[in-house]
Amino acid sequence: MSEQVVNEQYVLQVNGEAREVHDAWVGESLLYVLRERLGLPAAKGGCEQGECGSCSVLVDGALVCACLVLAAAVTDTEIVTLEGLQPDERGALSIVQQAFVEEGAVQCGFCTPGLVMAVEDLLARDAAPEDLTVREAVSGNLCRCTGYGRVLAAIDRAVGATKEAAR
Amino acid sequence: MTVVSRRSTRTEPTAGGRVGDSAIRPDGVPKVRGEFAFAGDLWAEGMLWGATLRSPHASAIVRHVDIGPALAIPGVRAVLTATDLVGRNRYGLEHRDQPVFVEDVVRYSGEPMAAIAADHPDTARRARDAIVVDYEVTPPLTDPEVAIDAPAIHPDGNLFRQLVVRRGDPSTRGPVVVEGTYEIGMQDQAFMGPEAGLAIPADDGGVDLIVSTQWLHNDRDQVAEVLGLPPDKVRLTLGGVGGAFGAREDVSLHIHSCLLALHTGRPVKTVYSRRESFLGHVHRHPARIWMRHSAEPDGTIVSFETRIVLDGGAYRSSSFHVTANAACFAAGPYRVPNALVEAYGVRTNNPPCGAMRGFGAVQVAFAHEAQMDRLADACGVDRVELRLHNALASGDELLTGQRIEGSLPVAEVIRACMALPEPPPAVDDVLARPGGAGNTTDASSVRREVGFAVGFKNLMYAEGYDDDSVARCRLEDGVATITCAAAEVGQGFVTVAQQFARTILGVDDVFVDPADTSIGSAGSTSASRQTMVSGGAVEAACRAVAARVLEYVAETHGIDPEALTLTDGRIQSADGRVDAVIASVAPGIVFEAEEEFHHRVTHPLDADGQGDAHVSFACAAHRAVVDVDPELGLVRVVHIATAQDVGRVLNPLQCLGQIEGGIAQGVGLATMEELLVDEGRILNPSFTDYLIPTALDAPTVAAAYIEEPEPGAPFGAKGVGEPPTISSTPAVVAAIRAATGRPLTRVPVRPDDVAGLT
Repeated sequence: MSEQVVNEQYVLQVNGEAREVHDAWVGESLLYVLRERLGLPAAKGGCEQGECGSCSVLVDGALVCACLVLAAAVTDTEIVTLEGLQPDERGALSIVQQAFVEEGAVQCGFCTPGLVMAVEDLLARDAAPEDLTVREAVSGNLCRCTGYGRVLAAIDRAVGATKEAAR
Repeated sequence: MTVVSRRSTRTEPTAGGRVGDSAIRPDGVPKVRGEFAFAGDLWAEGMLWGATLRSPHASAIVRHVDIGPALAIPGVRAVLTATDLVGRNRYGLEHRDQPVFVEDVVRYSGEPMAAIAADHPDTARRARDAIVVDYEVTPPLTDPEVAIDAPAIHPDGNLFRQLVVRRGDPSTRGPVVVEGTYEIGMQDQAFMGPEAGLAIPADDGGVDLIVSTQWLHNDRDQVAEVLGLPPDKVRLTLGGVGGAFGAREDVSLHIHSCLLALHTGRPVKTVYSRRESFLGHVHRHPARIWMRHSAEPDGTIVSFETRIVLDGGAYRSSSFHVTANAACFAAGPYRVPNALVEAYGVRTNNPPCGAMRGFGAVQVAFAHEAQMDRLADACGVDRVELRLHNALASGDELLTGQRIEGSLPVAEVIRACMALPEPPPAVDDVLARPGGAGNTTDASSVRREVGFAVGFKNLMYAEGYDDDSVARCRLEDGVATITCAAAEVGQGFVTVAQQFARTILGVDDVFVDPADTSIGSAGSTSASRQTMVSGGAVEAACRAVAARVLEYVAETHGIDPEALTLTDGRIQSADGRVDAVIASVAPGIVFEAEEEFHHRVTHPLDADGQGDAHVSFACAAHRAVVDVDPELGLVRVVHIATAQDVGRVLNPLQCLGQIEGGIAQGVGLATMEELLVDEGRILNPSFTDYLIPTALDAPTVAAAYIEEPEPGAPFGAKGVGEPPTISSTPAVVAAIRAATGRPLTRVPVRPDDVAGLT
């Protein structure tokens, strides 16, 4: 039985920092490396197939499922996780995060980091999305607790608050 | 103990929020920041990764297992099989009928054969695949009807339960008779956070396990039995739970992880893949149900007969009680003077089935609500009117002869649901049509129809079980801390516990400690029971602390405690001598109380299925508006109006969240969710192939609440988790029947069924 093939070392740019990864098996996903090697467990593993969106992160500004990306294939990109997307102060929340808390969009919370990433990404592209646009934008993020009602309410609130902040 | 993780599940004390307010979750901020520690987020110095080898065959004799090739792989630290167990190789939620590892007989596809620990998850996977098992494959017993009389596939036999309920004279017939046979496919709970746990060997020879579960103490006892350890050497702590819905009532990776940790002397983390999650937990029982109703021409139900066969799969899990619920609630929330119910929970070589939201009641509601529509049509009576005409109410008797002592406002939920406005006409957008982005449905093909259904079930545990919980309240300088082993799985118990403490003690700051086995059992987070049972214990503990504070103040002022009142955090005496705020009345002094809650005693069912077996009940009505493309077989559930019997709304936001979430699962069962099983093997154990509703599939929900306080329940509140899943499914299917004119007697309704190709 052959041994695992490992990369001696590579560097990922995560949340604005250069992070070294040592002696990692070549097959490790970005999700695994973020969670288990770099101490960034906000992105969650829910399906390993890019179906549930719980592992959503930004790679060079594009929303991707970190479970589908080989970590060693995204050297020389800018990776942003939920940990890097929020205000720095302890406990401070982005408009989207605040809306999720106050509108009851969080139950078990497992899908929440991925949903927050997807909504932040949507609002960065479209500050005033229509209902169906919102539903489509988050249709790649499965949630089993909420039935999406409070999630959609939170997005409505975040859209309103974003408009308000822009004035 | 090794230092674990960077984060915890400890909750923050959120500002404000008494009973009746939309208090926000104390774990909401950590969850939106990605800082809440789910069980799979844990990490310990030197930890290994666990993996499980599972039988691909549903039925087989094991001739030989060779673990040598796995052990030869560098980085593999342990490979354990049945021969490595020192304790008893049996576990099970209610009855220990399931081997931890297969000894000689495989009874389902997915049954654990061996557990592996390695220094990397991929090494563990490779080791798992390197184990050589010599199986003699035997034909699986997969038809539950056949299994009833077939040779036993387990020493306990093939019947988990056979229950007969007789009421009145079942041979009595009204002039209008309708009958039908209905089938319910195997639904999965499909929680988002796969099973995960971290087992850590302890210096005292015991083990600590941090795990996602619904019932810490039941798990603890099962683990301890297999490890051969006294229960106090097995300490469980709740890791953050990514949803549950019944699937975490049974032990999954708990015992394997603890065995590996004790064997290697190192922490072992196990996280199931989605595939393994589908293989490694119980599902909703598939069912085949025949029903016959007779009625007077005005729609008054005269008689009811049913035969219910529930496929429990290879091991018992909760099949015994699922069978009881299906039997007890088979007629729905209607007065039935004469009835004969035969219900079977059957063992087969299919995947084990157990608890899922609304168990037993969900299956029969699909059947009895289809029957109600048929009966109304046969009598020429309006479908909603027929239900109102037969609706159960307090004081009526169930099929089991039990008189309903508490509240059960069936007619009220029906009227309140029908009074909710219908949605506006369809938006002319392709995404809003059945089939959505597939862009296949022409707007002119869409038929919009309405379906209606009602359902009910019991709350809390039944049939004589002493259902209890214990909670501790500690108050110091105006800060309260609640300790309770109730598993928070997303439903919001932690919020409700804070609201109870704030309301009773009049303080703002309330912590809820992480749940663990250092305090007594809180029972399971299931059967819509934690708000009532653990909530009852929290209420009692807070009231005991309040009484102690008053005693202290009375003593220091030399007055009778009876002369003091505590209202909204303010302690006052009738004579005006005392007027103080609870937060500052006793600096540095700790008041603490631990209280148990038991609901009233229930009794087993007798040989005729009669008895006072259930504590409380809850009902709900659902009206579904569904757009259907009958030609292409496509369906979009547009809107669901519901009215639910909730006792009292403790938290409007969380109540609505439970209702919307439960409805989505009911819509899933109606339109898309089914584990396909062929010769005992699950064909679609992935989110690519097992579909659950997305944001584009989920209907808009309008909800109304009927608030009739339930006697004996804290603040009069009923559990709200299960009723939304019970009648949402039949309401959706009734609308699809209306659009297609087809009988649609099986869920999920597939495109082929809608289009008439089956």
